[in-house]
Amino acid sequence: MEPANGLKLDYNHALTIKEFPYIIRWREDRCKRCGQCTAVCPNGAIKPTVKYMRVIESGGDTPKPKPVRRIIHVIEQVNNIENYCTGCAVCALVCPNNAIEPEYNPQNKFLFYKNLGGEGYKRGGRRNDPGVSTLDRIKFTRISMLTDPALDAGRHEFRVRSYIGRILPPEELPLKVEDGRLVVDKTRGKFIPPVREIFPIMIGSMSIGALSPYMWEGLAMGVAYLNEVEGIPVVMCSGEGGFPPRLLKSRYVKYFILQIASGYFGWDSIIHTLPYMTEDPAAIEIKYGQGAKPGDGGLLMAPKVIKLIAEIRGVPMYVDLPSPPTHQTKYSIEEAVMKMIQSMSMAFGFRVPVYPKISGTRTSKAVLNNLARNPYAAALCIDGEDGGTGAAYNVSLDKMGHPIASNIRECYLDLVKQGKQNELPLIAAGGIGKKGNLAANTAALIMLGASAVAIGKYIMQATADCLGDEWNRCNLCNTGKCPRGITTQDPKLYRRLNPDKIAERVVEIFKAADVELRKIFAPMGRSTELPIGMSDGLSIDDKAMAERLEISYAC
Amino acid sequence: MCRLAAITSAKYFSPMENILALETMKEGHDGSGLGLTLKDLGGEFKDLKEYPILSGICSRKGREILESYMEEMGFKMIYHWKPKIKQVKGIIRRDHYFAYVFDYPDGWKDKSWREKEDLLMNTRLTLRKMGEADESIFVFSFYPDVITLKEVGDPLEVGEFFGLDKDILKAKIIFAQGRQNTNYQIYLYACHPFFIQGYCTMTNGENTAFVPIREFLMSRGFPGYMGYNSDSEVFAHILHYVSRQLNFPLTYYKDVLTPLKWDEIEQRKDKEALFLIKQSMRPLCIDGPNMVIGFIPDGTCFMVQDAKKLRPGVVGGIEGKYALMSELCGLDKVIPNRDRSKDIFPMKYDMVIVSPDAKEVKVWNQLMA
Repeated sequence: MEPANGLKLDYNHALTIKEFPYIIRWREDRCKRCGQCTAVCPNGAIKPTVKYMRVIESGGDTPKPKPVRRIIHVIEQVNNIENYCTGCAVCALVCPNNAIEPEYNPQNKFLFYKNLGGEGYKRGGRRNDPGVSTLDRIKFTRISMLTDPALDAGRHEFRVRSYIGRILPPEELPLKVEDGRLVVDKTRGKFIPPVREIFPIMIGSMSIGALSPYMWEGLAMGVAYLNEVEGIPVVMCSGEGGFPPRLLKSRYVKYFILQIASGYFGWDSIIHTLPYMTEDPAAIEIKYGQGAKPGDGGLLMAPKVIKLIAEIRGVPMYVDLPSPPTHQTKYSIEEAVMKMIQSMSMAFGFRVPVYPKISGTRTSKAVLNNLARNPYAAALCIDGEDGGTGAAYNVSLDKMGHPIASNIRECYLDLVKQGKQNELPLIAAGGIGKKGNLAANTAALIMLGASAVAIGKYIMQATADCLGDEWNRCNLCNTGKCPRGITTQDPKLYRRLNPDKIAERVVEIFKAADVELRKIFAPMGRSTELPIGMSDGLSIDDKAMAERLEISYAC
Repeated sequence: MCRLAAITSAKYFSPMENILALETMKEGHDGSGLGLTLKDLGGEFKDLKEYPILSGICSRKGREILESYMEEMGFKMIYHWKPKIKQVKGIIRRDHYFAYVFDYPDGWKDKSWREKEDLLMNTRLTLRKMGEADESIFVFSFYPDVITLKEVGDPLEVGEFFGLDKDILKAKIIFAQGRQNTNYQIYLYACHPFFIQGYCTMTNGENTAFVPIREFLMSRGFPGYMGYNSDSEVFAHILHYVSRQLNFPLTYYKDVLTPLKWDEIEQRKDKEALFLIKQSMRPLCIDGPNMVIGFIPDGTCFMVQDAKKLRPGVVGGIEGKYALMSELCGLDKVIPNRDRSKDIFPMKYDMVIVSPDAKEVKVWNQLMA
């Protein structure tokens, strides 16, 4: 006889638990059935249920084990691909008795099924590649010791600073000699582009909207403190999505880079606030691409578009906000880059450096050369494949993009050929501090040719304990259900964060990075200027990589 | 660490004075080479001041190549000096050590000085390239009133080898370096002093910023910025770049090598220019450890330190004769009867400048300028 309602007793329609990326390990003997784990699970991956089971009981004055059958309460993993366990482990975090935790299942077949309804798998986070990155394989091998004394990171004067902005070559400086001194010859009318001195690690573009208000506020407070109290000129990029008008009018705006991207979200408000601004922003970043999802536009999901976000961005509440993959005005590179740089420069009276950000690509040199010929281009930011994002297709995150190390290196060497290595600063992003080695990765990129680096994922990890990793853990940023409260607009979730604590962590991170950078540069005998392009200091344990990066091989 | 002995004088003197000064500092060099650059020549060169002198070393084959190339270029040899070589144990004699004095090719006599300088440098570079692979030709300088001698070996023995103790070769400015080979091969082109179009420097120390500086110089599009067998060669080229190519006054050499901090720049009258220079010439900043001694075409000599003063250096003397030395014992050897209380040990902000003909010495302070 066929089962009622089409139910097949062989369960052949269902996935086994082994197809899932994380398997819940629940211990019945420890669980007190408080229900906290099921309440907190961001993806509904566990549920309380009842079972009629045979259990062994022993009791009474002379206990003797005996089997009984009874209804018991259990926590069960949901056997549904939409409610897969993401491995975030907030269940373990809240469990009072250590009764539950997810365990990574390396045999999972998750990607075979995560396309229900013909929709590709979308997520946040970064590339699921737990391997050791090129940056982490680079070592600093030119150690000053006897023939050239090492500097003292604690005693000597150090200046770990860099520039954003177009720097004139010495030959073009409008200088003349008067009474044995050089003076600026103003009669020549030479345009001297704006240049900002910054700490070489900046916080990369993450928008208000993608980040929760508390997260963004914490970062912003930390950056302001670093500048005003610690004297470390860290800058932070707004990401696409506008900027709070009150902050725009404040003096703190000078610590921020405003980003304009293909959706132009928030720029109506910025343009209207321009006449009331008392300070210039640190720079303007024009986003053409993002390392985590090259060729894809930004996307802010409807649940995140709450009143505050809608006001800043100038859009209705609770609608999806996709940015087009490319700027709609784009006709050619001249159109997209040159005119946009000109327009943005003009909007800020040519007092603010304006630079584009692109995703890492084999064609980056073409963009670079266009910029090298454009005297208003202030820098080029290249975002490598290990960059993070709030929302993207998994295929973009995992398979699209170019590693940052060789991309930066070839661009730098191309500038060297043209003698423009000091004119157009390169900003490297994507995977810096992937394994926690923030200062080492930064120093490696600087010595390969970058003037500065931008970090995103690292700062979320280190300030707010982001749960994501390269084993696809959590990565729910796109859903607005971030269990840590970092990438959500749900007050119930973001209240889990304390903005003051985040600000404190930002300060700690940059102070520590400052010290660690000195600890790298001092034994290599550098202290006054960043060792940009000092490739003789680097080695790698792979001959092919050494050849590609034009550094030495050491093993 | 290399030992340096520079002497500038109103009267002609023998390079043996420099070599004897190096001898007193012997524990600081390992005999891996001696380099000598003589400017404002006396003796047999006294009446040949306007003619360029090509100094170098070549093999028999190299000599033929060199002479035929110079002839082909139209240079006419008017004088040929060669050292009176005395075989010294430990120094491997090469075929020909020479200083040829040439007259310019026809058609070049009326060209501008800058054009002539470029002709001389390009000729030197071509000869260098022609003989570099098989080491058949080494050319160190090709410039009026300047001779350069270099050889591998202990300075005193090399001096004897060249017969300088007997020769009447004299000059008013002589730079000598006793080389302490560190991390680069013993090679004649790695031996200081380095000379380019009237600018010359020698250095004690290592240059940790060598690679970015080399890349910056080589990408300036100036053919003379090449070689770099020693990380110290960049100091001569930076001097040339700052003074000749950019036409900055000499003291800006110090501002380029060791830029002031922003708050220090604020105190300077030329702060606007320094703001721009600090940014635009960022890749030329050094972190030491280096002390640099140099001369420029008008005969001014100078000494500068890295910003941490990680290397020794002293300047002292009497009117008409000053010595710029890496060690005090060298100065004592050369000018013993001076007022020692007036010896100058330049510190991080100082540039010691000795005017032509050793008339006066002054300390230019980077902060007070």
